[in-house]
Amino acid sequence: MKSFTYEKANSPAAAAAAAAGSSNARFIAGGTNLLDLMKLEIETPSHLIDVNGLAFDKIEPTQEGGLRIGALVRNTALAADERIRRDYGLLSRALLSGASGQLRNKATTAGNLLQRTRCPYFYDTNQPCNKRTPGSGCAAIGGVTRQHAVLGSSESCIATHPSDMAIAMRALDATVETVRPDGTTRAIPIADLHRLPGETPHIETTLSAGELITSVTLPKPVGGTHIYRKVRDRASYAFALVSVGAIVQRDGTGRVAVGGVAHKPWRVEAAEAEMPRGAKAVATRLLDGARPTRDNSFKLALVERTLAAVLSEAKG
Amino acid sequence: MKFDTPATTNPIDQLKIIGHATNRIDGPLKTTGRATYAYEWHDAGARPAYGYVVGSAIAKGRITSIDLSRAKAAPGVIAIVSAENAGKLGKGKYNTAKLLGGPEIDHYHQAVAVVVADTFEQARAAAQLVRVDYSAEKGSFDLSATRDGAAKPPGEGDEKAETAVGDFAGAFAAAPVQLDATYTTPDQSHAMMEPHASMAAWEGDKLTLWTSNQMIAWTTGDVAKTLGLPKENVRLVSPFIGGGFGGKLFLRSDAILAALGARAANRPVKVALQRPLIINNTTHRPATIQRIRIGATREGKISAIGHESWSGNLPEGSPETAVMQTRLLYAGENRMTALRLAMLDLPEGNSMRAPGEAPGMMALEIAMDEMAERLNLDPVEFRARNDTQVDPEHPDRPFSQRQLVECMRIGAERFGWSRRNAKPGGQRDGRWLVGMGMAAAFRNNLLMKSGARVRLDSSGTVTVETDMTDIGTGSYTIIAQTAAEMMGLPLDKVVVRLGDSSFPVSAGSGGQFGANNSTSGVYAACVKLREAVAQKLGFNSADVSFSDGQVSSGNQSVPLGQAAADSELVAEDSIEYGDLAKTHQQSTFGAHFVELGVDVATAEIRIRRMLAVCAAGRVLNPKTARSQVIGAMTMGVGAALMEELAVDKRTGFFVNHDLAGYEVPVHADIPHQETIFLDETDPMSSPMKAKGIGELGLCGVAAALANAVYNATGIRVRDYPITLDKLLHHMPDA
Amino acid sequence: MPTPNEFEISRRNLLVGTVTSVAIGASHGANAQNAASRSHAPAQGMPATAKVSFSVNGEVRALELDTRTTLLDALREHLHLTGTKKGCDHGQCGACTVIVGGQRVNSCLTLAVMHEGDSVTTIEGLGTPEHMHPMQTAFVTHDGFQCGYCTPGQICSAVAVLDEIKAGIPSHVTGDLTIAPQLTNAELRERMSGNICRCGAYSNIAEAITEVAGRPA
Repeated sequence: MKSFTYEKANSPAAAAAAAAGSSNARFIAGGTNLLDLMKLEIETPSHLIDVNGLAFDKIEPTQEGGLRIGALVRNTALAADERIRRDYGLLSRALLSGASGQLRNKATTAGNLLQRTRCPYFYDTNQPCNKRTPGSGCAAIGGVTRQHAVLGSSESCIATHPSDMAIAMRALDATVETVRPDGTTRAIPIADLHRLPGETPHIETTLSAGELITSVTLPKPVGGTHIYRKVRDRASYAFALVSVGAIVQRDGTGRVAVGGVAHKPWRVEAAEAEMPRGAKAVATRLLDGARPTRDNSFKLALVERTLAAVLSEAKG
Repeated sequence: MKFDTPATTNPIDQLKIIGHATNRIDGPLKTTGRATYAYEWHDAGARPAYGYVVGSAIAKGRITSIDLSRAKAAPGVIAIVSAENAGKLGKGKYNTAKLLGGPEIDHYHQAVAVVVADTFEQARAAAQLVRVDYSAEKGSFDLSATRDGAAKPPGEGDEKAETAVGDFAGAFAAAPVQLDATYTTPDQSHAMMEPHASMAAWEGDKLTLWTSNQMIAWTTGDVAKTLGLPKENVRLVSPFIGGGFGGKLFLRSDAILAALGARAANRPVKVALQRPLIINNTTHRPATIQRIRIGATREGKISAIGHESWSGNLPEGSPETAVMQTRLLYAGENRMTALRLAMLDLPEGNSMRAPGEAPGMMALEIAMDEMAERLNLDPVEFRARNDTQVDPEHPDRPFSQRQLVECMRIGAERFGWSRRNAKPGGQRDGRWLVGMGMAAAFRNNLLMKSGARVRLDSSGTVTVETDMTDIGTGSYTIIAQTAAEMMGLPLDKVVVRLGDSSFPVSAGSGGQFGANNSTSGVYAACVKLREAVAQKLGFNSADVSFSDGQVSSGNQSVPLGQAAADSELVAEDSIEYGDLAKTHQQSTFGAHFVELGVDVATAEIRIRRMLAVCAAGRVLNPKTARSQVIGAMTMGVGAALMEELAVDKRTGFFVNHDLAGYEVPVHADIPHQETIFLDETDPMSSPMKAKGIGELGLCGVAAALANAVYNATGIRVRDYPITLDKLLHHMPDA
Repeated sequence: MPTPNEFEISRRNLLVGTVTSVAIGASHGANAQNAASRSHAPAQGMPATAKVSFSVNGEVRALELDTRTTLLDALREHLHLTGTKKGCDHGQCGACTVIVGGQRVNSCLTLAVMHEGDSVTTIEGLGTPEHMHPMQTAFVTHDGFQCGYCTPGQICSAVAVLDEIKAGIPSHVTGDLTIAPQLTNAELRERMSGNICRCGAYSNIAEAITEVAGRPA
């Protein structure tokens, strides 16, 4: 870990100013992913701005009937919130399937969205990785790829996004609110937050330098049956091989987003339209254009079978 | 004490303390965080500096240059040691690859330098500034690709590469019912919770290492050999070890680099291997390819059994002896086994819990299940029909004890085996396909010389000193129980001191030989102490008895401490063995039963129930013995369902080299586990009449799971681990 | 395969980072009034340090630390409270679990300087060999450990888990999210899954926790 200076910001303006003054500063909140990566010098900030003192730790109703979740709300608190449990069960379920109790107590809403891939080649600094060292190549391609992406990958990167929460946020059409160093704010639809790797896998989101997530807003509840099904090798404390987050209405329509398959939460509106026709129809559209490797081609069947199980469970 | 005739009645048979479920005497220290592990000796002397290890970025080749200039200039850096300035280093007797690489590199993450700095943070940061340039060479990393070129390894006695009895080929060809199947087991990691760690301090040319090591005498010798020191100049201290499983049998780079770092820094230095380095830097259980052929009569009598195993290792490395159990476990007149060893440039393969039998039983016990099905026999019945009470390769050698059939029958009864639906895929519970599986358990019992010293003081307290280690096995407690039983004392009048090379050499912890041998060494020392006490008190040693803290002879009875009233009494002895292990085959037996569910949609496997029945001689402490067995069962779940070091066959390293990538079972994977120990004493094994149990519990578990998966789904997976991707395409529609 | 060239690239990048860090440390001095607390701007080439004070097991401890020091290393290397273990240093094992402000966390993945004013409970604070916490006693009685290295983390986690269930926090295996979770074996196992025990004492640990949970409060 490289040496860094540290400050605790006590207002969003102070945080923004601190970020503006530095080309190599990072915000730190939960720290559960950032510090992990700093120890390996995959992340090498020279200045840390501790934003834990900012008042982004509340869950509040919005005028539209939804909920605004402060960026610093911890994963445990979010999953346990009564309104989330009642109206956005998918989100609660997704959160609870991720990491461990200890990590969920620290990890924040914003940090969860911004966590980086678990590709083992990204984590091993001896290996070339376009995401870690742009232009160095991708050691994963042609290597051990059981957990890698089958959709939306590129010649530069086949990493997946590891978040469970983000899958639920995507299905719930959440909006990410931010403040930029110049003090301006904006709202980013969750669909537009994460990027596909393309030729620039090191650029993972559409956030600009120093832009700070302040909250994530959920639209008003859409009802339906909420199911988050995470498939993994061991029963807990493991990343998904594949996960399916779905909201299914009585008439069989609904929403579905899939994790463990791409560099971002995967949701295809055309596939959703097929939900009343069943898992095979949805999977065909959802997985259109898939480019699996020999190691991970099973994910295609797994997505379809998991979808089938989820739709069947929703029927009750 | 020479043990060369079967044990008769001795003080251990009183079973006042031995044989009772006893809380660990080190429990209060461990559960309150007061047990001191290798990296935690901050009271031992001068404040240590911190070493951080740099691992090789290539698997095979050479270092062309090392540039230390930036690292040396980094804040807090005191010294950097690499092969360039380490001086001449030997290689330990028990090491295959050298522990400090350069200029030649033998495997990925082989240590190439240690950076010593005033703080951990400084050492870690400076290590990143060490610039190493390599010239990589093409290596051999793929076992299946090198299988055909694999050679017959050298090996003698129990380690011999081939055995043959009768006419295997002819009998197999003639057998009306046959199986010829190939199984694979992957490379596995010990993944003990405490990283390999050591603190080194020099006084002149004398070195003290506080370390985490299973085999104190082996490792003391290898430290001396590697550093070119007389053995008496090296002291190892290792009273608490945060797990080993074979990964800490040997001297590893943490200890040597701490010693070299401390010499260079002229200050104590401590080194813990960083977790992402451990898997490739240290040793692992090698992958195997195993071909098993079984021929039987229609009545289910095995007429031919053959087992061949291929594994790989670095030059001078050993094979994984996966055929060992097949030489002994089942009857059959015509038999063959063979080991083949390929040269691979992966990290060093070496012992992991039950080397040989653990992966061997993973394959053999699936094969037995497959054969039973072909014969339309219950798997328990098929195994029972092929029981043997003698070594099938040498029928003049009976087993000292062999209750395999009893283990299976009692297990079947207790588990409700009769409720198993023999038709695969026939049991459904909601979204789950439910299956039961079983396997035999088998592991040899090894006899090793083991010594101890016992001291009696005037308060009547006995202190045991031996370099035996407790790696979680419960050594502290069973040694205390042994001394208490022998000297007629309550447990709290015994103090046990372990893991110090200044103490008498013991068997150490490995190969499930620790418990029986180390307590037998304590037994021997206590026999001497009893004699010394009797002599001191002027008692007739023929009728002297030790009980309730008193020594009695005739109608005289005095407190034990009185024998040491004027000076401490000290006795030291070892247990040494004659040829009982040659005349009698000593093995441990058991049976594993598992019930599990396989998700009909996703093929995720979740365990519902587990039972192990063990017959392994006298159980010294049923509480810690149970823990050994359930722990082994848990490791067997990992082996069956998730553990695999994924090899990048292009560049030659284990890719998933941390605890997120290399998954081992978590709480949620493990249901309540049952264990049963059969009442057994084995007078051939030792005066304790005990045998090993810590590895028996692992051997067969994975196969029981594999057989249960087959019973649940009708899908036979012969390549471990049984992950859902291997089932998915054969699963029924959800 | 990392060619020497690629290796060189990554090393060079690291060096660039070092130079930058000095420049930025200096550039932040001007904004001091905006920050509640900050590290000392480092002297040329020296690591940044910061003062922090928090309570550990009821005792206030003031430290001046390299900013990179984790809470785990502050406890182990600076306060010599080595009961909290370092198993992986990356949040992958749970051996470092401590209770901060009533919540269990992985002390390896949090910086000590981020804990100004916090209240930390470690295994040493739960009990002593002479006066053990009921959870510690239950672990001994049920042999809920073997090598002992994951044990402090398991026990800290177990104590916190019972509080989490009492507080109504659901888990992955909670059937109905709208009602309070029950204290079942499945709930305990799921909630304890962030604490790996390679010795495999899980079955006994579950029994130890169940015994403590079943005691009248």
